[in-house]
Amino acid sequence: MTPVPRYAHGSRVPGWDTPADLDKDPATIPGRGGSPSVPVPAELRAEIEASMALYPNSHSATLPALQAAQRLHGWCSPEAIEQVACVMGLTPADLAAVATFYDMLETEPVGRHSVYVCTNISCSLSGADALLAAVQEAVSEAADGASEFNVRAFECLGACDIAPMASVDGVYVGPLSLADVPALLDDIRAGRPVLPEKQLAKRACADVEANR
Amino acid sequence: MSDKLLFKDIDEPGLNTLAVYRRRGGYEALRQALQLAPEDVLKQLEASGLRGRGGAGFAMGKKVSFLPKGSMDKYLVCNADESEPGTFKDRELMQKSPHMLLEGIVIASYAAGANRSFIYIRGEYVLQADVLDAALAEAREAGYIGEQILGSEHSLSLVVHRGAGAYICGEETGLLDSLEGKRGNPRLKPPFPANQGLYQGPTLINNVETLSTVPTIMRMGGEEYAKLGVQTSTGTKLVSISGQVRRPGNYEIELGIPSREIIFGLAGGPLEGRQIKCWFPGGSSAPVLTAEDLDVPYDFDSLAKAGSMLGSGAIIVVDDSTPIVELAIKLAKFYRHESCGKCTPCREGTNWTVEMLERIDSGEATPMDLDIMASVQEHIIGNCLCVLGDAMAMPIGSMIAKFRPEFEAHIESARARADLNPAHPAGHTAGHQAGASEQALAAQGAPGA
Repeated sequence: MTPVPRYAHGSRVPGWDTPADLDKDPATIPGRGGSPSVPVPAELRAEIEASMALYPNSHSATLPALQAAQRLHGWCSPEAIEQVACVMGLTPADLAAVATFYDMLETEPVGRHSVYVCTNISCSLSGADALLAAVQEAVSEAADGASEFNVRAFECLGACDIAPMASVDGVYVGPLSLADVPALLDDIRAGRPVLPEKQLAKRACADVEANR
Repeated sequence: MSDKLLFKDIDEPGLNTLAVYRRRGGYEALRQALQLAPEDVLKQLEASGLRGRGGAGFAMGKKVSFLPKGSMDKYLVCNADESEPGTFKDRELMQKSPHMLLEGIVIASYAAGANRSFIYIRGEYVLQADVLDAALAEAREAGYIGEQILGSEHSLSLVVHRGAGAYICGEETGLLDSLEGKRGNPRLKPPFPANQGLYQGPTLINNVETLSTVPTIMRMGGEEYAKLGVQTSTGTKLVSISGQVRRPGNYEIELGIPSREIIFGLAGGPLEGRQIKCWFPGGSSAPVLTAEDLDVPYDFDSLAKAGSMLGSGAIIVVDDSTPIVELAIKLAKFYRHESCGKCTPCREGTNWTVEMLERIDSGEATPMDLDIMASVQEHIIGNCLCVLGDAMAMPIGSMIAKFRPEFEAHIESARARADLNPAHPAGHTAGHQAGASEQALAAQGAPGA
């Protein structure tokens, strides 16, 4: 039988393809009950603890905590999850279960900047599938594509009025045409505001009567 | 003259700040409400006839009255997980007029006796969550949220909780699980959240638009508000229009106006040279209506009578350039992706519906498959803890019922293509770009085909 792969501190590396180690207590919390602790960056610890203090039950802070860890590590890596588990007093399994449920929590390493292209009905009726293909193609051809960009088809982002649209690191831009793709990627690379004239934040309400 | 209530001067610069909101009379409704007894505030809400704007259309006042009396911890949760495809009204409200929502939350919490509140906002709405956080800091500073609000006995804490991308967290019990830090799986009802919700305590859950309407109701008086709209659908409603129309966007309408007036009058109708093939009146979960139903009044009961629903108030217009099979696949794939997997009919039903639709598109289906697919939809409806499965089954079922000839034509043409080229059965991507749409158009007898 192949040896069970383990982290340095003793926990089994999770994965479906490895047999469970039945001799080991599966529900250990790093740093509690005699299991080895993991070092947690002070800022991350402070951020998670501040979130935990907001709720009557600190368990509610799993999403903000995982989001904070993801910002620091780039994705919900096993290391990130161990750190959150250590601060929150939860098992890494609890947190992995949560992380795998939500679309915005990454459970694989991804490029630095997220580009979510909405491909739901309204956007798709306005040409989102071609837009997504164009973005993916441009990124796959770029040398820095894999490290800089995390291009994903996303379910309805709630901006059907600017269809087809994309969310770039949380900033909504649209309506996008295929011609916008190079400028979009260049803006991201340069760290500039993406397509400023197409940002949702600057858009007035469609209802003209509302502003009379 | 503008008769808008929620959208009045929505683009006024700085409306998101306390100074401008207060200059426009903001937080006066709260002051007024706190001088009344909570029961009297509740009476106003009940008299207004306000129905929930999130999708279910349940009477708001009644929902508040379901919360038990007593001094236990009670919670108010604002559902800002606006994920229903086609819906983007709450986004505009939160981004441009966050204080209206905060004021509504404080008034509603006073009526319900809740002392802790949360806004569960979808994680994708980064800008809107930041705006809310800033507004919350201002409101706290000014004493509108916190201990003994405006010198009254009422205290309220508020946390803006950001989700992380899951449609199911817009379902109220899924939302509660997510807010408790778990996977967003819906719960068995009963017990309803009014009795056992967040942390097993009594919980009032309302949509952003519903809560944002509360200050207006206090200002106008419940009975006066109820004069707007029609008998069972009072007041105004924000409608998000998108899809193949000329002027997509959010519009505030008085409930009960003809749907045609919204789609043609406000949104400008379909694009040049196109006809409306079908439209979703209340988000992608609503059964589709056709061009024949355009004169149905846009209110809760009229749309229900027409076989659909008002839902979240999101109209998606689909014109005759779109093959219905392509639309159905898109829709079913969304629900397959978003099904949380807890209940078998939904988990398996959404998956099988996608596979069957793809078989139709690749030429492996027969017309009999349409009946099987329709029966799958019937077996999902009503058999799960929440209505996510129903939300796929109802529109897909309605598409099969209303566009059966087009489905059949699609099956035939895809089979013919697959027979011609047996080594490479026409896949979905190859299908809908070239041949399928023309075939579908021909079947509909659409202009331009």
